[in-house]
Amino acid sequence: MHSVHGTGAANHVLERVRAALKGQRQKTVTVLSSLLAVQEALHYIPSEAVDETAVFCNASVNDVWSVASFYTNFRFTPPGEHVVDVCWGPSCHVMGAQKVLQAVQKRIGLDKEGETADRKLSLRYNTCLGACAQAPCIAVDHHVTGRVTPQSAADMIGRLAGR
Amino acid sequence: MPGNFEEMAQRAKAQWQGLVAGRRPWVRVGYGISGQAAGADAVFDAAVKACREQGADAEISRVGSLGLHYLEPVLDVTLPGGPRVFYANLRPDEVAHIVRDHVKGGKLIAGRAYAYDAADGVSVDGLPKLAETEAFKRQVRLATRNCGDIDPLDIFQYVANGGYAGLHKALTSMTPEQALDEVKKSGLRGRGGAAFPTGVKWSFLAPSKAPMKYVLVNCEEGDPGAFNDKGILESDPHTLIEGLLLAGYATNSNYGYVFIRHGHDLPVNATKRAIEQCYEHGLAGKNILGTKFSFDMEVAFTGDSYVAGEETALMEAIEGKRSAPRFKPPFPAAFGVWGRPSNINNVKTIAYVPQIVLKGGDWFKSIGTPTSSGTAIVCLTGHIKRPGMYEIPMGLTIRQVLDEIGGGVSEGKEIKLLQTGGPLGGVLGPASFDTAIDFDAMSKAGAILGSGGIIVGNETVQVVDLIRNLVAFCQFESCGKCFPCRLGNTHMLETLDRMCRGQGRAGDLDLMARIGGAMKTGSLCGHGQLGYNPISSALKFFEGEFKSSVQAGQKPLGQFEDGSMVLPTRTRP
Repeated sequence: MHSVHGTGAANHVLERVRAALKGQRQKTVTVLSSLLAVQEALHYIPSEAVDETAVFCNASVNDVWSVASFYTNFRFTPPGEHVVDVCWGPSCHVMGAQKVLQAVQKRIGLDKEGETADRKLSLRYNTCLGACAQAPCIAVDHHVTGRVTPQSAADMIGRLAGR
Repeated sequence: MPGNFEEMAQRAKAQWQGLVAGRRPWVRVGYGISGQAAGADAVFDAAVKACREQGADAEISRVGSLGLHYLEPVLDVTLPGGPRVFYANLRPDEVAHIVRDHVKGGKLIAGRAYAYDAADGVSVDGLPKLAETEAFKRQVRLATRNCGDIDPLDIFQYVANGGYAGLHKALTSMTPEQALDEVKKSGLRGRGGAAFPTGVKWSFLAPSKAPMKYVLVNCEEGDPGAFNDKGILESDPHTLIEGLLLAGYATNSNYGYVFIRHGHDLPVNATKRAIEQCYEHGLAGKNILGTKFSFDMEVAFTGDSYVAGEETALMEAIEGKRSAPRFKPPFPAAFGVWGRPSNINNVKTIAYVPQIVLKGGDWFKSIGTPTSSGTAIVCLTGHIKRPGMYEIPMGLTIRQVLDEIGGGVSEGKEIKLLQTGGPLGGVLGPASFDTAIDFDAMSKAGAILGSGGIIVGNETVQVVDLIRNLVAFCQFESCGKCFPCRLGNTHMLETLDRMCRGQGRAGDLDLMARIGGAMKTGSLCGHGQLGYNPISSALKFFEGEFKSSVQAGQKPLGQFEDGSMVLPTRTRP
């Protein structure tokens, strides 16, 4: 699905980037809004998108990189099949988020943020998922689940990864 | 028909009557990010399925959240003309029973129903009235008055409950100056953290004759522990949009941005839909409600960046750049977004405006305390029995909120500390719990009310470990523009991490105080200026814990035996 071999695939990525850039419906179109649109469509910012965004927004490649590297949601490689966010913000922290993080990492075999070797999962530490009253929280593919325990979170994410 | 408000209001009233007193039962499922996290999706699906399978002819809606997050998922049933009966903490497998007995059979399930709501004089045997329950009775719901009652995606439900009456009143019977005067009279102060008088702020922008003037609403809300901005948008977005239109009118502006972090689908989609509906019904765009007032608006998104919530950084983000703060002066009222005169307010601030214009500034001023009028919208989280979002009159004490509304500590023996006003706010100990919740009393006590987040910690929470978490957040989120903030947070985090690992040194507290001082002097925005706040405020109440963690041979702190903490691995270059 994420193959980049051959010009066919490369052209396909370029087409999707262009469609995402042109498909922006809001009135104010900027470098940031364009990068958000690309990431929403492709789930990452391929290197082609930096050049295309620069052309599309009449900005320099430098301008685009400065924005893309600043906001921590942007990523430059395709994510895993499922994206898992574990919150470590203070509300979740007092409710035991560190142990949740540790249990999840142990189950899927990661010791930091990133992708599992089989690219089934991407793990991100999140500073706030917005459901602090249900802390501690995790999110799988942006769907938040609250009141997790280290065990329930690890099981839930382990099932996704077939572990 | 666009522009004819009376007709729209009549249609809305008729539709609302059909929902609460028509021929079909109305089933409402409380949503919101919190409701979803508690499992509202499965409850909603179960309700749809049960009604279909049992042939129950009912209207099923997703409504916003009542703010009673500890009760979620919540489902309620209104039989035609009858009281509204709530079921709380529902499992999806209980819903079929409710549909059979209550929705179809017309009999509420005694022992399972939680509370009811009805007009005065109506009561339901054996059930408390929701408004008289512990978590509800101290509340005065102004900005959140519709939250949990109406479908946030339906403009008619908002209008049926008094929506856009304030805008209609202002546009048809008040000059912009009169609208501004009401806001000034109300004593409304900014709910984003700085507590600056809103009417005064607007009067900086109002006289400018510039052809383009902007009103910005800040819903970046990156503060962990605060979710009231998103809470209002996801449950009642039209309250915000009506307030934005009124702010535009009162300041003679012509363009509005609602600024929000990407990815929070419920509040984002509700706000986008609300703006579209305004355009469809002549409440936005050219000649609003047939008057000379024209105003355009849209939602602007930011990527993940906490500092984007700072007012000038927010403008940079709207312009599509890195969200780093600008030098001030020039101030936004002279040089704001796109270099044009701009005004910026928090969601909660703007959400009060429709009621202030409709009922008058004096009415608002009569609620709360003399210097902090109106209400505070607080978010209780952590070790508290009833976590949720509550709108309380200013002036209640912290203890009243914790004990009477929050129900006290949830696990463990007692409440040891509170973390208020976001990560840059402060830490309070029990000695401060008799402080009244208003802007001035709170800041005197060494904390800020800020965005209204109150994180409760019991006796198991170690202060130095919590502070490490807060500083780690601030370090991760520093935009990097000012080096005292960028490096200062990093050094403070290293020091705190050492202390938590049992390797604290004698001079560590002085070192952090010096770093904090440099950050305060040498940073452009609050992120650096207030960066030492968590430490200085915690020192007031818990100096002993800091002092013992800088002594040799201490036991490690935190949730792991070696005193370590999992820290983010991505950074800003």
